[in-house]
Amino acid sequence: MTDLTRLNAAETAATIASGEASAVEVTQAHLDRIGAVDEKVHAFLHVDTEGALKAAKAVDDKRAAGEKLGPLAGVPLALKDIFTTKGVPTTVGSKILDGWIPPYDATLTTRLRNAGIVILGKTNMDEFAMGSSTENSAYQVTRNPWDLTRVPGGSSGGSSAAVAARQAPLAIGTDTGGSIRQPAAVTGIVGHKPTYGAVSRYGLIAFSSSLDQAGPFGRTVEDTALLHQVLAGHDPLDSTSIPTPGPDVVTAAREGARADLSGVRIGIVRELTGAGGGYQEGVLASFRQAVAVLESLGAEIVEVSCPHFDYALAAYYLIAPSECSSNLARFDAVRYGLRVGDDGSHSLEEVMSLTREQGFGAEVKRRIMIGTYALSSGYYDAYYGQAQKVRTLIAGDFTAAFGQADVLISPTSPFVAFEIGERVADPMAMYVNDLCTLPASLAGTPAISVPCGLSTEAGPALPVGLQIMAPTMADDRCYRVGAAFEAAYLAANGPILAGVPRLGSVGAATDGATR
Amino acid sequence: MTTTIEAAYDDVLTRYQPVFGLETHVELGTASKMFCGCSTEFGADPNTHTCPVCLGMPGALPVVNAAAIEYTIRIGLALNCSIASWCRFARKNYFYPDMPKNYQISQYDEPLCGEGYLDVEVHGQTFRVGIERVHLEEDTGKNTHVGGATGRIHGADYSLVDFNRAGIPLVEIVTKPVAGTGALAPEVARAYVAELRDILRTLGVSDVKMEQGSLRCDVNTSLSPVGSSQWGTRTETKNVNSLRSVERAMRSEMIRQAAILDAGGRIKQETRHFQETTGQTRSGRSKEEATDYRYFPEPDLVPVAPDADWVAEIRAALPELPAARRSRLRSELGLSADELQSLVNAGAVDAFAETVAAGAPAAEARNWWLGYLAQLANAREVEVSALAITPAQVAKVIELVAAGTLSTALGRQVIDAVLESGTDVEQVIADRGLAVVSDTSALTQAADAAIAANPDVADKVRGGKLPAVGVLVGSVMKATRGQADAATVRTILLERLGVSEPAG
Repeated sequence: MTDLTRLNAAETAATIASGEASAVEVTQAHLDRIGAVDEKVHAFLHVDTEGALKAAKAVDDKRAAGEKLGPLAGVPLALKDIFTTKGVPTTVGSKILDGWIPPYDATLTTRLRNAGIVILGKTNMDEFAMGSSTENSAYQVTRNPWDLTRVPGGSSGGSSAAVAARQAPLAIGTDTGGSIRQPAAVTGIVGHKPTYGAVSRYGLIAFSSSLDQAGPFGRTVEDTALLHQVLAGHDPLDSTSIPTPGPDVVTAAREGARADLSGVRIGIVRELTGAGGGYQEGVLASFRQAVAVLESLGAEIVEVSCPHFDYALAAYYLIAPSECSSNLARFDAVRYGLRVGDDGSHSLEEVMSLTREQGFGAEVKRRIMIGTYALSSGYYDAYYGQAQKVRTLIAGDFTAAFGQADVLISPTSPFVAFEIGERVADPMAMYVNDLCTLPASLAGTPAISVPCGLSTEAGPALPVGLQIMAPTMADDRCYRVGAAFEAAYLAANGPILAGVPRLGSVGAATDGATR
Repeated sequence: MTTTIEAAYDDVLTRYQPVFGLETHVELGTASKMFCGCSTEFGADPNTHTCPVCLGMPGALPVVNAAAIEYTIRIGLALNCSIASWCRFARKNYFYPDMPKNYQISQYDEPLCGEGYLDVEVHGQTFRVGIERVHLEEDTGKNTHVGGATGRIHGADYSLVDFNRAGIPLVEIVTKPVAGTGALAPEVARAYVAELRDILRTLGVSDVKMEQGSLRCDVNTSLSPVGSSQWGTRTETKNVNSLRSVERAMRSEMIRQAAILDAGGRIKQETRHFQETTGQTRSGRSKEEATDYRYFPEPDLVPVAPDADWVAEIRAALPELPAARRSRLRSELGLSADELQSLVNAGAVDAFAETVAAGAPAAEARNWWLGYLAQLANAREVEVSALAITPAQVAKVIELVAAGTLSTALGRQVIDAVLESGTDVEQVIADRGLAVVSDTSALTQAADAAIAANPDVADKVRGGKLPAVGVLVGSVMKATRGQADAATVRTILLERLGVSEPAG
């Protein structure tokens, strides 16, 4: 029998729909895989065996009753532990929510359930999504399946690692400054940050409200598009949710797979090509190759300049901490989560203070302090106010650039996966991972990361990501160009995940996914 | 005591001039909360009207209640305010256990309604109170501190939090500083709150029950020497929850501040709390060490941009406002300014007008509402309009008294019975047999019995001492349990005694 964990999501759904394998069998295969490899990968904070099998059984029952199944019915998925799941622990990677069982489902959770997607469990993440390595999790350090001494990116590192390690064909991440795209890049999978407002934030535990955006991970562009289609859509419970329907990204991905980009103008963003140094040479080499591939597919390559992108990092590290300082104020030990010092000898203020002191990690505290300072009376205009102006200028740069090009491209991250512990002591070294992804976050525009090659510069062969950015509500362009590139890459090199070393006791010499 | 206060107050005004301002919080009467679908009903079991949004659960998001926006625009238009074409909510950040998110969604530098004014009348004089802004925010939960001496959080054994109130839409109406009202300042402040309350009620945006906290006032007061162009340091008095308290709080605060200034002291800018029992204000937290609220635009909500056509529709649909209504009633019903003012002061304008509309003569309607009904309301410590009797029922009583079916005394009994039983006037009369006994033969019998029982009195009357007949009337009334018309009884008695009423 086929190893069900080697199928991509579209294939898995087809296998279930045709009756070749039941959803329960598919789910069990992935639960077994998690059982076999997660002690090495540490992608999951909570595996919901019972809930997953129950959801799978429901899909099988539906099929048996002759009901029509959705395009991803029965396909297992790894859910970032930042979304509320009724009755299933949700920690947001923090001790402050240790043991909390949400009384409600996030809108995204509901949409997944309604689509018949099987939620296997909740994945590890940097605490409150603050980080680029998942090392800031209060619970465990997730390993990159390509090299277990390296990070899987972050903050959605549990989700990216789970997909790369074949623990799930699909996963959900959230992206505030690059937290979907960078982990996708460093684990050799596809990850898309939709247009801000395309996917509901209701039930997504907020880090930075004006930047947080949920999105899909997959091993192929088409899988990612199929999941995107399930997630996107207006939600009356989220005021910032876009009321109009988004583009058909699945059709775009399928059209793109024909690998014809004639008439498509692709802009290289000068400011994101490492001209000033700081980018790894292996990353730049893969990027240059990718440009050549795109050109060979008929695309017209132009160079554009977005001068204000240079200020993205500074603006981001004022806006995101400011919003987080307010969003995280609710964790006060009064209504839920951790409570420290409630022994009759401390005042309420002391209990709040002790709880927050012990419940939050160093990076979270750092950002709360930065944000509290930046919003203080007398500093607001100089910091938060200025940062918002920079944001407007960056959006203006995008608008101008999209006058010259249909999509913009850059490396997803200046670096491949780095060693665990390498950057934890230096916040700035961590922050620069997001140099290329921050502009689209600040502008609210969509961007995808697709694998574009391997770099051996840091030692072992490690994946590099290509970022494709599109205008607001034109997510379909990301998928079309991404699928075209993917088809060309696959034809030339075969599936990139074939390079993932063997993790478990079963499987081939290499343990990566094949298509 | 009262005279001492009056004297002290008059004395203050010989040396100081007051400037005041009011911040009024009004809970809107929308069916659901400001940012979620929970009920706003008052008095439910604690924490039963809650959901992830109003409990500030991780991941929950607010969505603006469109009805609250409409209500606030109505208020703004009634207060002659400009309506913003685009505005945002803002987060006011501070930690307190009654705040589910530890920030309050409010408005900061972009209120929904901008400058306006409200004219109020005191002793025939009109004062214009400038409105600075009207903005929308969410209410907090309610803490109960159990144990400890003060009922405050410090020293309490434990605290209970009820989040039913958390997220109820709250409108804050802020006046500009009001100067130049002199000795009348406390009365102008009271008249402003009374007028505002009537407007809110007329607009149908709030039940405006001060005793349930649906309208709460903060009173800012400062004094400066007479003739000075510079205003003094102000204090903010909170917990002012009745019209009477508005006036009392400002008066006592003026006297307190004057004493400090007289002694060469400085007024500390601070928050003070009004004590209903003593009529004094007590120091609260100091404004100087106030929290930095770190306001910033609420990123979870898109801006509110009321369409100009929609605002025009709301304006066109505004009901007749109290001031316009009063001037119409005056001319239509021929009331004097004083007569109308007494109805306004008693909060009985609507009840009065509706009673007249139900067919009662204006003079009678006014007498009943300002007389017996006002007494009843006073005894129960409620507004006269809160009595459980409708203007139509009052009109019916008036009609029956005029027709002689009820005596005035019986009319009062009928009103008592309506309030007590909650049934209608006719039902009450039937159930309790309260109609006037108009059967002359029955009255004649009763009169004869009274004469027989009081021969001495009867002789006095026969001898020309007419006023003595009152005793006999009382006896008949007693025998008929008050159901007879006293005038009729008197006539019958005189007739049976063979005495005729002197002419004139």
